[in-house]
Amino acid sequence: MARKLLLAHIDVPGIHTFDVYRQKGGYRAVEKALKSMSPDDVVEEVKKSGLRGRGGAGFPTGMKWGFLAKPEGVPRYLVCNGDESEPGTFKDRFLMTYIPHLLIEGMIVSSYALGAHTSYIYIRGEMMPQIRIVEKAIAEAKAAGFLGKNILGTGYDLEIHVQPGGGAYICGEETALLESLEGERGNPRIKPPFPAVAGLYGCPTVVNNVESIAATVPIVNDGGEEYAKIGIERSTGTKLISAGGNLVRPGVYEIEMGLSMEEFIYSEEYCGGIANGRRLKAVVAGGSSVPILPTHLALKTAKGEPRLMTYESLADGGFVTGTAMGSGGFIAFDEDQCIVRNTLNFTRFYHHESCGQCSPCREGTGWMEKVLHKIEYGYGDMSDIDLLWDIQKNIDGNTICPLGDAAAWPVASAIRHFREEFEWHILQPEEAQTRNFGLVSEGVMNPE
Amino acid sequence: MVVEFSAPLLEKFAEVVTRYPDGRQKSALLPILHLVQAEYGWLSVDAMDKVAAYLNIRPIEVYEVATFYTMFFLEPKGKYVLEICRTGPCCLVGAERIMQHIENKLGVKEGEVTTDGLFSWRGVECMAACGFGPVLQIGPEYTFYENLTEGKVDQLIDELKQKAQTK
Repeated sequence: MARKLLLAHIDVPGIHTFDVYRQKGGYRAVEKALKSMSPDDVVEEVKKSGLRGRGGAGFPTGMKWGFLAKPEGVPRYLVCNGDESEPGTFKDRFLMTYIPHLLIEGMIVSSYALGAHTSYIYIRGEMMPQIRIVEKAIAEAKAAGFLGKNILGTGYDLEIHVQPGGGAYICGEETALLESLEGERGNPRIKPPFPAVAGLYGCPTVVNNVESIAATVPIVNDGGEEYAKIGIERSTGTKLISAGGNLVRPGVYEIEMGLSMEEFIYSEEYCGGIANGRRLKAVVAGGSSVPILPTHLALKTAKGEPRLMTYESLADGGFVTGTAMGSGGFIAFDEDQCIVRNTLNFTRFYHHESCGQCSPCREGTGWMEKVLHKIEYGYGDMSDIDLLWDIQKNIDGNTICPLGDAAAWPVASAIRHFREEFEWHILQPEEAQTRNFGLVSEGVMNPE
Repeated sequence: MVVEFSAPLLEKFAEVVTRYPDGRQKSALLPILHLVQAEYGWLSVDAMDKVAAYLNIRPIEVYEVATFYTMFFLEPKGKYVLEICRTGPCCLVGAERIMQHIENKLGVKEGEVTTDGLFSWRGVECMAACGFGPVLQIGPEYTFYENLTEGKVDQLIDELKQKAQTK
């Protein structure tokens, strides 16, 4: 069995309450950090752990903390990003629902490390039940002396507040999140200045994903080096993978970095294979933004090596034959799914969620949606495929925030790996209305 | 719709404002708009103007936020708004079928209100529950329903109708 650092006690009845969580060793990291470590010691352990941001970008958390400016007399903030909205991703909702105190414990340890005395947990507004759960956990921790003034008699003060979002994918982008937290529209800011220098209210700020903050608890408890022993290369520790789509057992799994994708999909310990006895057609490994891969490239790299669930292995082959870890939002497509329809769906999503600041994203996502709609409903021309390619290329890298890139990559990878399916939709529009293309290797093109 | 915020609601506003540093009360805007919508079902211009006055900001600052975030309703909706996830992963497991079923069952198009004033429905984007799709949520507490089937939807709608009658 794989080691579990975050979800070890997830099945314990009542683990969402302070008392049970505490009985299972909860809040030891707070005691250890506040009583026997300096803030810099905590930062050092997180650096040693090799923890990389679990929200999607994979930036080393310790390094991000190291960038935090510390001018005299200016407050510093920790903001937790619980705006989980990336299609395919539902690990943070799971964590906040079932083991909220792990997040609160991580928030205390991380806030201490950064010298923050007021911290915010930004949770997407639709997760009202989770907002209630986390608020209750904060109240319980406060009643037990782990929050508020002079925590555990150490002289350290901390308040944590929950902030609801309003239904906007873009607020998962850290500067848009800060705008939203300031009561503004969620328009991403131009960087630099980075939040580490000028973030919330213009003060130095660190924004970390829910899972990243939770991971600081085992890191403080066991030490960064122990954490780094799990995994391969620069992919250390465990990762929550939220698996959805056509799987026998979709759900949230904690894996050790380095597990093979094949084992993850097919083994009984994890997803148990493809549902309804169907065959696997494609995989989106890290949330809708990362390139979609056909089965052969999902299970093995272009070099023929097993594809592993690590940042490096998933990215092997770049965007030509590889993909990315992203947020760990794993989506499996069975042979009955239509790639054109799914690409249209994702593109409609990005068009809907574009904040509208940058014209390549605002206009481009809409154009792509229209062209894909045309192809899906049987009115496409062969030149539309090149047009789509052209539009996505003109979005990628040309916007303030990565939403533009996130909209471009699914389209680029769908065309790259499933071009035949797009062509079939265009050449056989009537047939495409009545059945799906099936697996690439078996797709029947016009026999003439 | 002209509104008068009740004393208990104003108390909640006051608590929210304490979460932020002095002079940063605008941060309270989203939480307060959620409270107002939970109370009245939607955000009327008058309600938004009164929120602006409360937070000592200009009305336009409230409008621009209320129009940006999709959770805020700028016109009256049904008592129960069924919001169904329409994004990729849920569609792989039948969300489109469920939306069609809801439209047929309620007899109104997306965004419209049933004649009895009880129901509206709409497709919303990924709700971060992709392993349990198809899913829907109902405000203001955003109660969550997962692994939907046509039968479960029928049952839910019937239950809500009964609940509305008994109240």
